[in-house]
Amino acid sequence: MQNNSFDLIIIGAGPGGYVGAIRASQLGMNVACIEKRSTLGGTCLNVGCIPSKALLNASEHFASAASGTLGKLGISLGSVALDLKQMMQSKSDIVDTLTGGIDFLFKKNKITLLEGSATITGAGSVTIVDGKDKGDYKAGKIMIATGSHPSSLPGITIDEKHIVSSTGALSLETLPKKMVVIGAGYIGLELGTVWARLGAEVEVIEFLPRILPGMDAEIAKKFMTIAKKQGLKFRLSTAVKSAKAGKSGVSLTVTPANGGDEETIKADIALVSVGRHPATDGLGLEKIGVTMTPRGRIAVDARFETSIEDIYAIGDVIDGPMLAHKAEEDAVAAVEMMAGKPGHVDYDLVPGIVYTAPEIATLGKSEEVLTEAGVDFAKGVFPFSANSRARAQGHSDGFVKILACAKTDKVLGVHIIGHEAGTVIHECATAMAFGASAEDIARTCHGHPTLNEAVKEAALAVDGRAIHI
Amino acid sequence: MSIDINVPTLGESVSDATIARWIKKAGDAVAADEPIVELETDKVTLEVPSPVAGKLGEIIAAEGETVEVGALLARVEEGAAGAKPAPKQQVPKQEAPKSAPAKAADETPAPVAAAASAPAAIDNSDLSPAVRRLVDEHKLNPANIVATGVGGRLTKADVLAAINKPQAAPAQSVITTVNAPTPPRATPRAVDAAREERVRMSKLRQVIATRLKAAQNSAAMLTTFNEVNMLSLMKLRADYKDAFEAAHEVRLGFMGVFVQAAIQALREFPAVNAEIDGTDIIYKNYYNIGVAVGTPQGLVVPVIKDAGEMSLADTERAISDFGLRARDGKIAPDDMAGGTFTISNGGVYGSMMSTPILNPPQSGILGMHKIEKRAVVIDDQIVIRPMMYLALSYDHRIIDGREAVSFLARIKEMVEDPRRLLMGV
Repeated sequence: MQNNSFDLIIIGAGPGGYVGAIRASQLGMNVACIEKRSTLGGTCLNVGCIPSKALLNASEHFASAASGTLGKLGISLGSVALDLKQMMQSKSDIVDTLTGGIDFLFKKNKITLLEGSATITGAGSVTIVDGKDKGDYKAGKIMIATGSHPSSLPGITIDEKHIVSSTGALSLETLPKKMVVIGAGYIGLELGTVWARLGAEVEVIEFLPRILPGMDAEIAKKFMTIAKKQGLKFRLSTAVKSAKAGKSGVSLTVTPANGGDEETIKADIALVSVGRHPATDGLGLEKIGVTMTPRGRIAVDARFETSIEDIYAIGDVIDGPMLAHKAEEDAVAAVEMMAGKPGHVDYDLVPGIVYTAPEIATLGKSEEVLTEAGVDFAKGVFPFSANSRARAQGHSDGFVKILACAKTDKVLGVHIIGHEAGTVIHECATAMAFGASAEDIARTCHGHPTLNEAVKEAALAVDGRAIHI
Repeated sequence: MSIDINVPTLGESVSDATIARWIKKAGDAVAADEPIVELETDKVTLEVPSPVAGKLGEIIAAEGETVEVGALLARVEEGAAGAKPAPKQQVPKQEAPKSAPAKAADETPAPVAAAASAPAAIDNSDLSPAVRRLVDEHKLNPANIVATGVGGRLTKADVLAAINKPQAAPAQSVITTVNAPTPPRATPRAVDAAREERVRMSKLRQVIATRLKAAQNSAAMLTTFNEVNMLSLMKLRADYKDAFEAAHEVRLGFMGVFVQAAIQALREFPAVNAEIDGTDIIYKNYYNIGVAVGTPQGLVVPVIKDAGEMSLADTERAISDFGLRARDGKIAPDDMAGGTFTISNGGVYGSMMSTPILNPPQSGILGMHKIEKRAVVIDDQIVIRPMMYLALSYDHRIIDGREAVSFLARIKEMVEDPRRLLMGV
């Protein structure tokens, strides 16, 4: 029984779309979700967060085995071989399980799933132009959650064979001897480390004089030092003028960022990870008159409503960090406001996590942002080398840094580089959501021995009274 | 699990109670919200319920014992399923007869007084660790600190701000207020802005403004009213004003009589003549009565020192002298210092009834008003009498409703029958 009329139609079943759909259903709305991919979960589940984390995990185990780390623990192995096909299969299995999980959630919440590409033909009207659910649909409200695509640079064409985006880099069929990563953001670094661990020679080229733009500089610097020790090579302040794929691989032309002599670099694979752009083509936005921002995202107000009444947009298509968890927050807030409840996203408290080894996690303001704003802050740092659990796990690189207001002790930023940083930081997320002071964190009992004790010690260090250093 | 039963907040200014009767015995089963003990104060008798269902365990305080607010009375062993922790409740069962006149006064001001009296037992477990530490270290009452955190919570910053405020001397007894910065003035329309004139407040007015605000912020200020039949006093004045003027070279007004009546009442209700200093009450055995006088620059309150030793004539003379000097702007700061009680007469400006504001650090102020012929009932007859409304604003932190009302009633009595002043009754 196909219904054509809904309270809410969401275009896109990625993290923003599917979470919004479930929340809307919980609030009693009759929801349909349109997805053109044959599996749910968007970029995140299919060609983003999940496959990359699966490969990061697999490659980390491989590196442990192949590099002699296990040998030091008393586990002797013969020679270790990489079965890339099997590794890719296990990654696909994980993705399949999770995309199937979303199918289950949709059925459980009675969300109508429609397959195909959608166009908005007017307020309250959506047309699916292809596929088995082709046709016209009506909805009281429409929410655009179509996500984003990898961007490229002029002079570089992505073919997903030799010149790849993150999508291709997650499914390479053979181990490249040499991989060049264009763009030292978190996507490039994560995927670069995957292939470096599996045995590729990896060189990262970055236009700016630093890696991980936007992240706390001290953390970025520390990671680069560690990554270099792991064998990654970096070329900063370098521009890639062109990349050409040929029979024998990729040939890149690079120059210094401020101009200068050209140089040619050859590699088997070039990964283009220079950013992503919103996926708004084909939605018919121009025709119905949806206002865009100067940077090409959909303009929305505090209720996530676009310039057209009852058409909303969330996630990567609107301003803000292009992160799955940010899209989820957007979607829930938007849907709750549609249901007449208050809704709010605190963009200052969206964690940024890089799943390399060691992991990086940041929350709140960096030192640079605070200094530039003239905020008087106190800083507490604690290295994992002094944390007993980190030592016991053999992961003693990195540190926890807490920045707090010098006058009120309110925590303004937390930056962690170390094993499990992305998990450890969440106690700070909860604390900061309550406007906690560093002392609040310092006076909370932390289990021993855990990595989180480093957070407690960093909080003590804000007051100059760390115990274990 | 064992639940402590403590003495709950007992009411304004009441810090302890007597255990009148244990309703339940040790070992008895109790239901959630069932009363287990009766406490008695000189204002109310109230029952204390058990918050949970279970068994009444050890009784700590026996019948007849005096217990303080917060003291442990007994423990209840949480028992039957479905025991839900009920919020602490008080059930004022009856009021002791002698506080009947106080009842009316107590009921109306209760919502206001509740904010000022000791708050219900503070649940420190809601405080964040840093806040708890600061509050314990500085012996602060979290209920008195303005909270700006998520969900109305106190943040460390809030407590630090409260600690650093200059007026937080013994922080417990002072309600610390964080002066919310006044929001910038909304821009008026151009056509209105052109018709505005900005004039800086005179120093005197700025000082008056600050002191008035300080009075409001620190005292638990309430006003009680009464009315006085001025017929006898007016007749007295009519009969003797010429002789008075001839003898004492000063006109006979009404103010002098009110001053003398007030002093007599102050002797009988010393709290009204007292001052709060931190956790102490300073009772004063002298009577410096401030008399509010309007000047072109604003209200000033010169003080008649030792008015308790003065005759009516001397009182009138002092008042008259202050009036003249005030008009000429010759009231010195010394003239205004040291007052223990103030009388303000709004009647000269036509005020029928008002709520005077306390003159800190005094705890009481009497407001006199316009005399107006009104229809009143005397001996079941409607008659016309010259009536004046009286107002007494007082600091409820040290003056109970009963005292305030009685104090005012005594003034009324003495003014309605001035012979009482002679007789001292």
